[in-house]
Amino acid sequence: MELLSGADMIARFLQDEGVERIYGYPGGAALHIYDALFRQDKVKHILVRHEQAATHAADGYARASGKPGTVLVTSGPGATNAVTGIATAYMDSIPMVVLCGQVASHLIGEDAFQETDIVGVTRPIVKHSFAIKHPSEIPEVLKKAYYLAATGRPGPVVVDIPKDMTAPTERYEYVYPKKVKIRSYNPVTRGHSGQIKKAVDMMLKARRPVFYTGGGIVTSGASENLTALVKRLGFPITTTLMGIGSYPQTDAQSLGWLGMHGSYESNMAMHHADLIIAIGARFDDRVTNNTSKFCPTAKIVHVDIDPSSISKTVRADVPIVGPADSVINEMISLLQGREMANAEALPEWWTTIDGWRAEREGKLYEASQPGERLKPQEVIEAVYHITRGEAFVTTDVGQHQMFAAQYYKFDKPNRWITSGGLGTMGFGFPAAMGIKQNFPDDVVVCFTGEGSFQMMMQELSTCKQFGTGVKIINLNNGTLGMVRQWQDLNYKSRHAHSYVESLPDFQKLIEAYGFTALKVEHHDELDAALERTFADNDELVFLDIDVDPREHVYPMQVPLGAMRDMLLSKTERT
Amino acid sequence: MRHIISILLENEPGALSRVVGLFSQRNFNIETLNVAPTEDPSLSRLTVTTEGDDRVIEQITKHLNKLIDVVKLVDLTEGNHIERELMLVKVKALGASRDEVKRTVDIFRAQIVDVTPSVYTVQITGDAGKLDAFVQAMAPIGILEVARTGVSGISRGDKILSL
Repeated sequence: MELLSGADMIARFLQDEGVERIYGYPGGAALHIYDALFRQDKVKHILVRHEQAATHAADGYARASGKPGTVLVTSGPGATNAVTGIATAYMDSIPMVVLCGQVASHLIGEDAFQETDIVGVTRPIVKHSFAIKHPSEIPEVLKKAYYLAATGRPGPVVVDIPKDMTAPTERYEYVYPKKVKIRSYNPVTRGHSGQIKKAVDMMLKARRPVFYTGGGIVTSGASENLTALVKRLGFPITTTLMGIGSYPQTDAQSLGWLGMHGSYESNMAMHHADLIIAIGARFDDRVTNNTSKFCPTAKIVHVDIDPSSISKTVRADVPIVGPADSVINEMISLLQGREMANAEALPEWWTTIDGWRAEREGKLYEASQPGERLKPQEVIEAVYHITRGEAFVTTDVGQHQMFAAQYYKFDKPNRWITSGGLGTMGFGFPAAMGIKQNFPDDVVVCFTGEGSFQMMMQELSTCKQFGTGVKIINLNNGTLGMVRQWQDLNYKSRHAHSYVESLPDFQKLIEAYGFTALKVEHHDELDAALERTFADNDELVFLDIDVDPREHVYPMQVPLGAMRDMLLSKTERT
Repeated sequence: MRHIISILLENEPGALSRVVGLFSQRNFNIETLNVAPTEDPSLSRLTVTTEGDDRVIEQITKHLNKLIDVVKLVDLTEGNHIERELMLVKVKALGASRDEVKRTVDIFRAQIVDVTPSVYTVQITGDAGKLDAFVQAMAPIGILEVARTGVSGISRGDKILSL
């Protein structure tokens, strides 16, 4: 029997759970835990410069690895600073455990120094939360936290730890709980066979089917199964922004992603489909546009592990509650030896889709000329080529995010890392940092803008401390591009506070942190700058690129319209 | 339509706030809410009455079921059920109206549980409609204070909500 203090139990549990890296920032209420971490060397602690960055870094790691990220913060401001990152993870169903220090039990409720009811503050943005009531329950509560975070529909779990629970003087028996049971929590392990059979029959009878798959495929590691299913059927597939990479985007059956800024052919195919097979997607408002006009001729099969996602915004004709991988497997085995009912329908459908593809080919944006400012789209394409499409790509939020999603093609899951649900500016750089520290041999690129980058740029200091070689591509248009685009479209170009009046000299700023920064002002300078940027994979390089501020993201769905109602450029619409 | 949802909830600190928070967070209605421990000390039973069409009620039950602290729930209005609420009412009881209050209390099979020279305190149980009717009947005489427990309910017959 081993007697450990609460703080040592936490350090020991993290080791036993296989946690390699945690992201955090110390403070009074967390000091016992920090001392326990100091006295061991298996779990590495990355000291961030702001707690929000700790959550984004852990989140980036979780998205790239599929394993829960871990965050450690102190009470009060430490915990409240983490809130945006917790909400970001919650909206995208990312597994994360956030350990928060808390004032000592006898002070709770007395407005003690650095006291916040963080369980209360985070209640709507966590999968679950715990408050430790006795040191002896620490191992079991932590196991439950990791179990809940990573299973079913994943999400962040907060554990509130009053300082006296970790006191070095009080020791209790420690046993690593290999398994825990929560009587009210039993995530489904397979879908309803009758419903799956019904779905398969509908697929075989369909004339204009489309797969529409989301982040659930990435989270559940079902990409290979999905690819096999889609290949077997020969259907077109579009993914959500979160589902990018769940099916190889360079494959001919991929239509790209759908929704507000999705590809023309995706949105057209969805609108005209007679069967939509949605897997691990949640019919988000950025996907469906006006739900009353959504896909008027389509029957909908909806597979999701979360029953509350089904028929939430769009009613499903065949709801299937279950994990994507097992449901897809069952579909594949049910398809064995069976043929499409209408052999001629699918080729006709592809002819229609290829027609849509051809309509927009070569018309997506106007390239810049030598001596001119670059178009942001060109920069993304150039980075795609120089990294051979194999980098981990994180983004912040806005136009650059949409351009990155449109012009960087992903053939693998877990490589496209973006804040889709919450749309958190400041996410990209710390997320890239978290990924690079855990995947040092890979190339990690952060596409950002001068607005977003300034929200979390203090992490340059963390990257310096830990030698983290991320590549930051700053698409600098001097404006908050997406805000400006909406102001152009909806507010007669009244650019209320979307113009960033005094930007720092990014080169000097980055150099002050001890890194290399390059500036690209014109088209002709890009290739050399990219060569230099990607020359050494271990080196952080900041590439500040002046891009055309007048560029808009297209296609763009017309508000309140159907899927097919899109602006295609400043002068064309469907 | 009005629904009565009964929930078995872990008897843990903060569990109630998760349920109540869910309703406000997702813009669902709570008309009444009633919560107390059960014969199993690890469980509370919570009964909520809410208003909504089928789609909304489906979302409410799905989201409630997602809460880790919710062990089981039933929408009582889906089957035969018994619904009860208890109300304590202080009514002005002066002069001629003293007798009128007493008569009305008898008609509703309520009880007077406390008396002063000017006030009767009445206890009445029944479904929400009966309590509303009593309040209406007493209004002209003068209601001074009302305390209602909110609806509690249970299904009829052999159906049981338990672990």
